[in-house]
Amino acid sequence: MQDFINIGKRIPKMDAEEKVTGKAVYIPDLKVPGMLYGKILYSPHAHARILRIDTSEAERLPGVRAVLTGYNTPPIKFGFYKDNPPLKANKVRSFRDEVAALAAIDPDIAEEAINLIRVEYEILPAIFDPEEAMKEGAPLIHEEHLGGKEKKPTNVLNLPWRLIAGDVDEARKNSAYVAEDRFKVTWVAHCCLGTSGCVAQFDMKSNLTMYSNTQIPSLAQKDYLDALSAMGLQGKKVRVIKAMIGGGFGSKLDTYAYEYIAILLAHKTRKPVKIIFTREEEFFATSPRQPAIIDIAQGCTKDGKMTFRDIRMTLDNGAYTSWGATTPSVMMMPISSLYKVPNVRYVAKCVYTNNTYSQAMRGYGNPQATFAIDSQIDILAEMAGIDPLDFRLRNANTPGEVTPQNFKINTCGLRECIDVVAQRLDWRQNRGRRDGRGFGMASMIHVGGGARVYKSDGCGTIIKIDDFGTVNVITGATDMGQGAETVIAQIVAEEMGVRVEDVVVTHTDTDICPWDVGAHASRTTFVAGNSARGAAKKVKEQLLEVAAKSLGESPENLDIRDRIVFSKNDPEKKSPLGKILRATHYAAGGKMVMAEYFYDPPNENLDKEFKGNLSVTYAYGTHGVEVEVDKETGQVKILKYIAAHDVGRAINPMLLEGQVYGGATMGIGYALTERLILQNGKVMNPNFLDYKMLTAKDVPNIETIEIETDDPSGPFGAKGIGEPGLVPTAPAIANAIYDAVGVRIKELPITPEKVLAALKEKTNLK
Amino acid sequence: MKQTINFILNGEPVSVEVEPHLTLLQVLRDKLELTGTKEGCGMGECGACTVLLNGKTVNSCIFPALEADGKSVMTIEGLTDGQGHLHPIQKAFIEYGAIQCGFCTPGMVLSAKALLDENTKPTEEEIRHGIAGNLCRCTGYLQIIEAIKAVSGQ
Ligand code: FES
Ligand code: FES
Repeated sequence: MQDFINIGKRIPKMDAEEKVTGKAVYIPDLKVPGMLYGKILYSPHAHARILRIDTSEAERLPGVRAVLTGYNTPPIKFGFYKDNPPLKANKVRSFRDEVAALAAIDPDIAEEAINLIRVEYEILPAIFDPEEAMKEGAPLIHEEHLGGKEKKPTNVLNLPWRLIAGDVDEARKNSAYVAEDRFKVTWVAHCCLGTSGCVAQFDMKSNLTMYSNTQIPSLAQKDYLDALSAMGLQGKKVRVIKAMIGGGFGSKLDTYAYEYIAILLAHKTRKPVKIIFTREEEFFATSPRQPAIIDIAQGCTKDGKMTFRDIRMTLDNGAYTSWGATTPSVMMMPISSLYKVPNVRYVAKCVYTNNTYSQAMRGYGNPQATFAIDSQIDILAEMAGIDPLDFRLRNANTPGEVTPQNFKINTCGLRECIDVVAQRLDWRQNRGRRDGRGFGMASMIHVGGGARVYKSDGCGTIIKIDDFGTVNVITGATDMGQGAETVIAQIVAEEMGVRVEDVVVTHTDTDICPWDVGAHASRTTFVAGNSARGAAKKVKEQLLEVAAKSLGESPENLDIRDRIVFSKNDPEKKSPLGKILRATHYAAGGKMVMAEYFYDPPNENLDKEFKGNLSVTYAYGTHGVEVEVDKETGQVKILKYIAAHDVGRAINPMLLEGQVYGGATMGIGYALTERLILQNGKVMNPNFLDYKMLTAKDVPNIETIEIETDDPSGPFGAKGIGEPGLVPTAPAIANAIYDAVGVRIKELPITPEKVLAALKEKTNLK
Repeated sequence: MKQTINFILNGEPVSVEVEPHLTLLQVLRDKLELTGTKEGCGMGECGACTVLLNGKTVNSCIFPALEADGKSVMTIEGLTDGQGHLHPIQKAFIEYGAIQCGFCTPGMVLSAKALLDENTKPTEEEIRHGIAGNLCRCTGYLQIIEAIKAVSGQ
């Protein structure tokens, strides 16, 4: 292994001091002089025609500065499908529909005023089940939406997800064993501890500044620009300034209605307008993870070689369409490429309903699909009479493989992950006793080198060095707590030969920072890391060139360590970085030491058949778990949790472990406790008392194992690790429960009630 | 009708005029501009707003400001000493990676302080219990637990 100075070190997050002292400024902490407070009125119905809105009383309340509705605002449409106006006119399609909004001089007045708005509705028949919504004659959510070959009004979106490889029907005929099941997954919420919010502000020229907590600054900038155009403000500028982000997890990968509402109110009042969500709003007016109905069949030969995988999926899109509607494209990844399976068919439909609309959440569809796939692997293994461990090893992916979706698997530590999990659980000794204690495992694949979701998968970096040797890294990357700035600083410090403390990372302002497609697809360490490394290389070259002159040495003979430039031949020839920089700046005909680098990985867009090498490398992992199931109460207790991941290289093991701990904990919640309960479209548990995320008392000790495969394309060998930690959690737990008590739960979350019901059914069958 | 409350805030006496319906959190954040105390839910369910009242944790988002009268309140801003030196708990949080987005952190740190003030050598069970009212979505708690163990010399 190479001798690194900054890579592989447990370096604390660069902003940790600010955060631990309460000095870090999040959107709710932000005050802009003259700022007004915005508030939104939502629909009280899942589906209704708006007959009349009377805002006069609210307008008359002293302190109210503007009241807006869908009838007096420009026709902005946002979202992946552009089917969502920030304020709804004519019709509401879900409980979270924004009907009116206002700005007032303080939050109390805004609250009081919002209750003075009177709206009359005519209730329309609503539909909440995507399978019902697909049927002929179902109430239409968007009457103007046409689909299918005949271009008829329909609730089915024109997003025909379809991946076909090989011949599934033929493979099925030739399979010795075939398992066929229906799995169901439901809504879960991101539960960022900091609720959503923004401040919108226009300058005298009608240019917009948005203080935002977005994960996608450059793309949000584009969304806001589109909105300005719709408002008649063509050619105006947008600046996005990120405050500290109180958690992301995918929730900030789209722009939301409230942001456009803040923009509209700020424009109307010519004052800065702040909107901060309450926790209740956060639960019902932001977008959760997609629910899905998953019909899956998989087959294998007599000796357990997988023959095919056939999946039909129905996704509840909710009433509007965010980028979340594209999760089936990510689901294709485990469907085509988790374990070696030669024949694959996947068809998915997204269907409008009057439920809340979903969007991206850590894993982006992958946890849903992996739950079905790897739960059923255990079912299939049992049919074939093969230990599920052996079954997985027999079908494990290997380096050099090209998968049915045309993914080119580069480095792949899946086998090592499976092996180490089996070893830590003492699998062969322990499994298969059905004595209330059980052992399970599940694996995952995710993009490890970014993903070409958009036309670009790029990120820019600028590095300049000041008079005193401080290295300013200006990156397109976004830090939302995961530690992007720290990892980037480590990469730059390593490449340049300076200390991490000498590096300052700026990543918060689109007027300053280079372009990037955002913090998604676990891409930041890989893409922004490679970009930073590229810029660091260039700036170092420049630096050595100017140093060469002042030291009278050729650049090739120079190197940097600990902010000293020195000659490798003559230790006497050396100079502090700052001194060289000053000499360069203060000279006649001086020069600035600065470099930029744009890195766009050689990732491919999926083609028309949804095939292509989406990512230059892939991250694999396996989780193993030991559970104890109480047969009286149905309670599941996790006794042991092992998370093994092929991480390429751990740039910062401490931050990496934090990603895995956090991901797995979220995954355990997904598996066992978390569920956003919607009853006829209404969120019934919009609070932390009734929405059960794990507390410090619930989380088991998690052992992380990093398999370092040193990926040739990664920055110092690293792959992305932001999402993988929660991908295989649910199936690993479901498999362990089966091993413990012999019941197979195919619907998340696996609550005690479901376990008990299944146990009861099992005894009745006997 | 506004009322005046007097209390000790981070070691200094303060006197504030407050509307009777205000919570301690609103007074701290909006009137005194101590924004280190966070609001995660406003319903007493997440612990982001934890402050110490006479050394004990309270959720300031549901605590009436009037009831702070005559008491001693410590917020995260009061934990660092006058010279800006970090408290050992803060140092441990930094060192053990117990901070990601940081939104839960001020409340979490103060819950840890209340716990350790009462029990210098808590067991892991007691630590988990002591911070069970503080939700964290980012870390999975394990590095937080490690940090608290480390401060107590375990
Ligand atoms: S903000 Fe007070 S408990 Fe959540
Ligand atoms: S660090 Fe983000 S909620 Fe705890």
